Amino acid sequence: MSTWIQIAYLISTALFIFSLKWMNDPKTARRGVAAGVAAMLVAVIGTLINPAIVASNYKWIALAIIIGSAIGVPLSWVPLTAVPQRTALSHAFGGLAAGLVGVAEFYLSFSESGQELSHFRAAALCAEVLLGFLTFTGSLMAAGKLQEIVPTRPITYKGQNIVNIGLLAVAIVCCIVLSTDVSYKFIFPFIIVLALLFGVLLLIPIGGADMPTVISILNSYAGLSAVAMGFVMDNKLLITAGALDGSSGLILSIIMCKAMNRSFTNVLFGAFGQIQAASADSQQKTVKSATPEDAAQIMEQANTVVIVPGYGMAVAQAQHRVRELYDQLTKRGITVKFAIHPVAGRMPGHMNVLLAEADIPYTDLVEMDDINPEMPQVDVVLVVGANDVVNPAARTNKSSPIYGMPIINADKAKTVLAIKRTMNPGFAGIENELYYADKTLMVFGDAKAVVGDIAKHLSGENS
Amino acid sequence: MKPSLFKSFAAAFAVLAAGGILSAAAGETTGEAAAGTVQHASAAGMDYIPIIFVFMLSTFVGLDIIRRVSRLLHTPLMSLTNAISAIAVVGSILIAGQQHSEYKFNILGMVAIVASVSNIVSGFLITDRMLKMFKKREGSKP
Repeated sequence: MSTWIQIAYLISTALFIFSLKWMNDPKTARRGVAAGVAAMLVAVIGTLINPAIVASNYKWIALAIIIGSAIGVPLSWVPLTAVPQRTALSHAFGGLAAGLVGVAEFYLSFSESGQELSHFRAAALCAEVLLGFLTFTGSLMAAGKLQEIVPTRPITYKGQNIVNIGLLAVAIVCCIVLSTDVSYKFIFPFIIVLALLFGVLLLIPIGGADMPTVISILNSYAGLSAVAMGFVMDNKLLITAGALDGSSGLILSIIMCKAMNRSFTNVLFGAFGQIQAASADSQQKTVKSATPEDAAQIMEQANTVVIVPGYGMAVAQAQHRVRELYDQLTKRGITVKFAIHPVAGRMPGHMNVLLAEADIPYTDLVEMDDINPEMPQVDVVLVVGANDVVNPAARTNKSSPIYGMPIINADKAKTVLAIKRTMNPGFAGIENELYYADKTLMVFGDAKAVVGDIAKHLSGENS
Repeated sequence: MKPSLFKSFAAAFAVLAAGGILSAAAGETTGEAAAGTVQHASAAGMDYIPIIFVFMLSTFVGLDIIRRVSRLLHTPLMSLTNAISAIAVVGSILIAGQQHSEYKFNILGMVAIVASVSNIVSGFLITDRMLKMFKKREGSKP
């Protein structure tokens, strides 16, 4: 029987690898999901036939699976603007599962079978519990911030980093002591409490603009806690699948960090997004504003229009109006492209999914590095709810907190139209020079209403 | 792959290996492999080296595959890996399914199953829902 179990796990690992491999192209991506589902089924069946499971417990396992599905299905119906929250919540569940299994494993090693934990397994167990529970509370905090249940502004206090790093250091010392001598088992609950606390404290200073990076890091932790579980249970499937997830989170967070020109430590301990006290001294600058009708007329004259979406588009749920505008413009033979900044929105790839939801072909979604060389030839750039990712201060102003961050060069285009509610600075709290430029026209109002108005003016004049 | 990434990995695996050598040197005693409990393989000596191998190789495979994932699909990728990381369901089932001296262990396992299964179900369903929306130009013309 145990050979069959190992073969099932082997097949499952191969399928997981194919599942991720097929994600390299939207054409094959759905096959990737099918492979993932198959892999998971094989893994679960391979586990259920394990002779260590006693027959009377199958009904309880079935019950748990049914309850889990009952929670999971509604969670998959969330609107796409709420996908970042759902993802964070899902990381929390993953961390919780790993943590609980770790707790059970730890106490089982004392109460039953007389088998002592080896140093290696004890260390892996500590890592599993630490990562699991810090992912649990950290992700709950992230989900709370994204859902705006918890204040989204970063909260900082004096000595915050010392408290956080000190807490982590104490937890790691506890882990080392426990792995050296498992008879100090009274330490174990402290590790759990410290991990839970650290998860909360780590997320308190994180602002909205850093969410894509933090979500990716938590994704990685959820995978690594599964790896640690695999070390404890000597289960290779847990290790391979967990490592795939861990490396995915790692790659995504590196991409996010690079797109913001910041390091991991800077994201986690830098408390980005505090309003600069100095911003008050900026001299009175004038802004030119325009009505949606003016904007429609300007766009009508253009040959190429580039739309730069940002988190504001997600908040206003404006993607379907953007689609109407896209239809009106393409109908007139105007080339429309979307410029996607890697950190636009609240998670990696957020904008792509929203625009795909509105039926905009993915072939018109262009990455920042590909669109920037074309910018000087672009007639009109329409900024919908983006801010920092088009702020030229990132290139020019050395004192700006976002200096060095790669941006979409909207200011190189011939005309810029920016839709914005008010002149308040964005999430990062940084003034945007782009709005004061001569070629920029501000269209004030709700993104959804304004884009809808522009589309209406365009259709009204020609039909 | 960035050289710095390689460096950090080399460092991480060096730490793991060093930890292994240290604990081996500390004269790790062999735990009695418990009969009946399958998930506890022998904890003897250097038995953990093969699983560190597995971890190292699968991490390199993972890094290389993920690097090739289309940037368009990063959100679906994340929900797919959510579902994959719910592989913790394997450990949860083993804990919940075995005979234990006290029920509380089975209950911990069951809660873990609920959490992981909800991740599996919602992760795969929402990934597929998102991927269905990615269309090429031809297909989307009314």
